[in-house]
Amino acid sequence: MGAAVLVEYIPLMVLFALALAVVLAIVFVTPLVGPKKYSEEKMDAFECGSDPIGQARSRFSVKFYLIAITFIVFDVEAVFVIPWAVIFQDLGWYGFGVMSFFLAILTLGLVYEWKSGGLEWD
Amino acid sequence: MTLLIEFAIALLKVLVIVFGFVMALGSLMTLTERKYSAFMQKRWGPIRAEVLGFRFGGLLHLVADGVKMILKEDFIPSGANRNIHTIAPAMGLFTAMVIFAIIPFADAWCTGLALPVEGMDLCFGFDDAEALQSAQPAAVATFAPTHPYFQIADLNAGLLYMFAITGIGVYGTALGGWASNSKYSLLGGLRASAQMISYEVSMGLSLAGLLMVYGTLDVNEMVREQGALLWGTVPMWGILVQPFAFFLFLTASIAESKRAPFDMPEAESELVAGYFTEYSAMKFGIFSLSEFVMVVFIGAICATLFFGGWQVPWLYADGFHFSGDSMLAAASGGAWTAGELQSYVQASTPDIALPYGLVVFLRIGCFLTKIILMIALQLQIRWTLPRFRYDQIMFLGWKILLPASLINLFITALAILLLR
Repeated sequence: MGAAVLVEYIPLMVLFALALAVVLAIVFVTPLVGPKKYSEEKMDAFECGSDPIGQARSRFSVKFYLIAITFIVFDVEAVFVIPWAVIFQDLGWYGFGVMSFFLAILTLGLVYEWKSGGLEWD
Repeated sequence: MTLLIEFAIALLKVLVIVFGFVMALGSLMTLTERKYSAFMQKRWGPIRAEVLGFRFGGLLHLVADGVKMILKEDFIPSGANRNIHTIAPAMGLFTAMVIFAIIPFADAWCTGLALPVEGMDLCFGFDDAEALQSAQPAAVATFAPTHPYFQIADLNAGLLYMFAITGIGVYGTALGGWASNSKYSLLGGLRASAQMISYEVSMGLSLAGLLMVYGTLDVNEMVREQGALLWGTVPMWGILVQPFAFFLFLTASIAESKRAPFDMPEAESELVAGYFTEYSAMKFGIFSLSEFVMVVFIGAICATLFFGGWQVPWLYADGFHFSGDSMLAAASGGAWTAGELQSYVQASTPDIALPYGLVVFLRIGCFLTKIILMIALQLQIRWTLPRFRYDQIMFLGWKILLPASLINLFITALAILLLR
């Protein structure tokens, strides 16, 4: 069993190695082909032609953090739902009841976040 | 020794599928997209590149674009984080390439006799039908085809692998946007990562209904089950059992690929080019190449999960069967009795008999056709719809797709329990 499972992953290993080799070759070798002409203005970050004002790594909207936190909650939910869905036909009504309870709690969470404005962008 | 053969087969599969097909189609997409937009807007599109007066319908632009990108200067802005700026595009293309490992281009190969049993091809371990007919039922053990020559890795956790790799795909854009140290790049990267993680949730949940119906994560197994005939005549493709999920999944995955109408991360009228504003030469090319490869992947996975994958309608291992009556019925209780086997094998004659090799060939051709049709659908969407506003994208993702996929999940569960 153990060896059989490993054999299944050999092509994946080969694919990873080849893909890695190709992308790294493109990223590290192709820059050597092109010309290199230094000028101070060119090296500036692009800001429509004028000199860049301040650093780019400044503060940004807190909404992005909120989305990230909500994502964690619902992605973990998806992680729980997928194995359940695969064996759903064996579980029958019992599995349906248990999962409905779990999904109901999460849906309540979604409704709460919706009502409290966590999903609004304006 | 056998391990060496496994490596050789794996290498061959990777070279043919990923480098021979996927990358070729991905780079062809750069031209196809421009040609398709030209077609929709009554223009010619790129036709100018020529060698000795031959234009090949614009095909030479592919070569010209590639050569141009390699020969351009590749510079890194002075304020950028050099290492991450270099690695980020590589991560994007890497994920786009390795995600194809789970796509089956045809069913696994079966040595010996293969016959459809209630819509699924099974191996019998005999050389021909006569040997099967004279066999004792106790000696007949059926099994699914075992040599996955047309799929890079036949993983039993296939779809989980897909979710894992699309999850990693966020890093390439987020890091590329952050490392450039430009305001446009940062905004583009932020928008891209927020959008991608938002739609990843509904992408996973919309497929859960399909997992319930098929009861497996193995992609090839899912395609095999789509060969079953509903009411004895209609192939049970994913679109028939989960029509709603197809639209949810297609929307979510187009948003995941960050293309119009979901191309806020690179909205050129406000963010220049979004997260790859500060990229030049081939690194820029890699970003757009990985986007096109993702388009090919979305076409392939939609065809696989919802349009029967490599299944040609009514075509099974021994030829066309236009109704379920001409196929073997599944053994009741795990094994056929002597009488059952005799009568089943005699009744099992295809309406149009075809050799097994031709069947596999037709299946590969059918799957490629389906991929191309799904790519055309995406291009049609991309050149038809205008860009959404960012709040509309978030509205669609969290307030429409997520509840809709939860409802789809619930209704599917209820339907399966009530109908069985």
